[in-house]
Amino acid sequence: MTTLLLIEQVLNGLQSGIMLFLMAAGLTLIFGVMGLINLAHGSLYMIGAFAAAAVAGATGSFALALMASLAAAAAAGAIVEVTVIRRLYDRDHLDQVLATFALILIFSEGTRWLFGSFPLYLDVPAAFAGPVTLPGGIQYPAYRLLIIAVGLAVAVGLFLLIARTRIGIQIRAGESDREMIGALGVDISRLYTIVFALGAALAGLAGALVGAIQSVQVGMGEPVLILAFVVIVIGGIGSIKGALIGALLVGLTDTLGGVLLPLAFGLFLDPATATSIGSSLASMAIYILMAVVLIYRPTGLYGVAT
Amino acid sequence: MRIRNMMALAVCMAAAATAGLADGHGGKIKVGMITTLSGGGAGLGIDVRDGFLLATKGSDVIETVIEDDQRKPDIAVGLADKLIQSEKVDVLTGIIWSNLAMAVVPSATAQGKFYLSPNAGPSALAGRGCSPNYFNVSWQNDAFSEAAGAYLSNEGVGKVFLMAPNYPAGQDMMAGFKRFFKGEVTDEVYTQLGQTDYAAEIAQIRASDADQVYFFLPGGMGISFMKQYAGSGVDKPVAGPAFSFDQGILGAIGEAALGVKNTAHWSKDLDVPGNADFVAAFQAEYGRLPSLYAAQGYDTGLLLLSAAAKAEVSDADAFRAALKEAEFQSVRGDFAFADNHHPIQTIYMREVVKEGDVVTNKMIGVAATDHTDVYGADCKM
Repeated sequence: MTTLLLIEQVLNGLQSGIMLFLMAAGLTLIFGVMGLINLAHGSLYMIGAFAAAAVAGATGSFALALMASLAAAAAAGAIVEVTVIRRLYDRDHLDQVLATFALILIFSEGTRWLFGSFPLYLDVPAAFAGPVTLPGGIQYPAYRLLIIAVGLAVAVGLFLLIARTRIGIQIRAGESDREMIGALGVDISRLYTIVFALGAALAGLAGALVGAIQSVQVGMGEPVLILAFVVIVIGGIGSIKGALIGALLVGLTDTLGGVLLPLAFGLFLDPATATSIGSSLASMAIYILMAVVLIYRPTGLYGVAT
Repeated sequence: MRIRNMMALAVCMAAAATAGLADGHGGKIKVGMITTLSGGGAGLGIDVRDGFLLATKGSDVIETVIEDDQRKPDIAVGLADKLIQSEKVDVLTGIIWSNLAMAVVPSATAQGKFYLSPNAGPSALAGRGCSPNYFNVSWQNDAFSEAAGAYLSNEGVGKVFLMAPNYPAGQDMMAGFKRFFKGEVTDEVYTQLGQTDYAAEIAQIRASDADQVYFFLPGGMGISFMKQYAGSGVDKPVAGPAFSFDQGILGAIGEAALGVKNTAHWSKDLDVPGNADFVAAFQAEYGRLPSLYAAQGYDTGLLLLSAAAKAEVSDADAFRAALKEAEFQSVRGDFAFADNHHPIQTIYMREVVKEGDVVTNKMIGVAATDHTDVYGADCKM
């Protein structure tokens, strides 16, 4: 394998990590602040992608499509929080899992009812359609660079929001002692709705960005949801920084594992066996990573022991 | 969801009253259709169902009970038991996926029911596990890839990059390709089933010295791969079996699919008697272009009607012989059953083109004439 190919694969790993971060950030915020396991986070991702595909189809504008995805996912998140999720904060995790699993089914069949069973069309904007040549002669799709840029901007924005703003202070306070900030006069239920809508909007944005290079179809959110849970377990539940580091680790492990493991086995096995064993082991790589992290840091890389 | 398609019920009642009951159904055939109508693969099941209903529309001998298997083997098995025991169907059909077919077909045929496969042809059911009551109206799983291997060899393609998901159908598909491809396979990559990001594989394709890519990525996987491949600037030509390029999927890939070659036993512009009428009738009835799954469902309905015209389903031997003759005008042209009850049919090469605003397939040539599978030798019945 040449150095150029390796660099390209590292970029691919970073980009896949950034996409995961957009999903995991919302999930970890919701889990950290409200203590809620939200299985329906993947459905919000799907709503973002479908809203973007519908708006892009009607107007032809990708920028409007992105805004629509943010708005639709945030609105869906806020509605779900007020009608369903709010009743679950005091229940145990099993009840939350059951209720949010039901939400997945409702959202999936509802989306099918609205948009039909066939995948929708959503393409990358023309300005980012082709590859660009990076220093060193690497050809890399412009749209993937855009995803990296948007993801990093969101990460910086979230850090500033949590660290520097009043609502960020309330969120951090809510994480550590929800009774106390209620007693101090912060409207806790409004705060929860805002946090949930924020997490939902991030998932919707991820869905729209990713939908343009993947398939916009019912059930698209669930595979990403599993990876996002792996990310927040590795990064430490409730930590945005952990979500970023965890997402990058998972993205890199997944991408490089898939490329390097078959090659590594190829050194001492025949090609067919090496490919088959390497591919199988590569699909396990991120779970092995998670297990190793949990052995040494049971609360995740940046998790706080409770 | 459950729809009863009781065609011309009044006519049947009147006929039953006068003609007398030969087998408890009054000469009618009760069909149980188990197919995927919800979840990720619903588009395929809906097309098969609609094609079948279009073919049997207006028939007073076929009554169809439709059930949704949700792409889950356990649910399909439960539905098959219910259809056989309480609905007392004579014929089962509809299953899309090989793993569901393997769960349902052997027990259904062992109970003396007929099974007509409108999709999915696992090798086990074509070889050692073949059954006199099992008729495959679609294809054996390897067929499209075998034909593609032969076609690309004839085109003089020397080096090929193979890619498929790491599961049995993916491995079968690649094995089928290699069985007929005479050139060199430079890389053989197995991805995760359900993988959505192909950046790493595309980088490998770019670095490889192959001059052709052949891949099997059904459903959403193919959509993701094609869109990402188009944006990557890699310009190696791409081919695959038609499963990643059927009409339901092309709309979602859009122009990124233009120029891709894919193998299929049917195309909407195939010039055989009845095909143009089928395409027009399907469009008029459902308002969309038919896919190859719809064509398979339609042929399954025609096959059943042809057998029903010759024999009573209660006389299993006569009905089986009538099915085996396959005397119907398939929208694929010449169609016959080999001794293992799998199709002998011509497989064509299609290319994705744009007609007006619609991205669709156009025939460009024949990939394999009167093709049949290699597993029939193991079939003893």
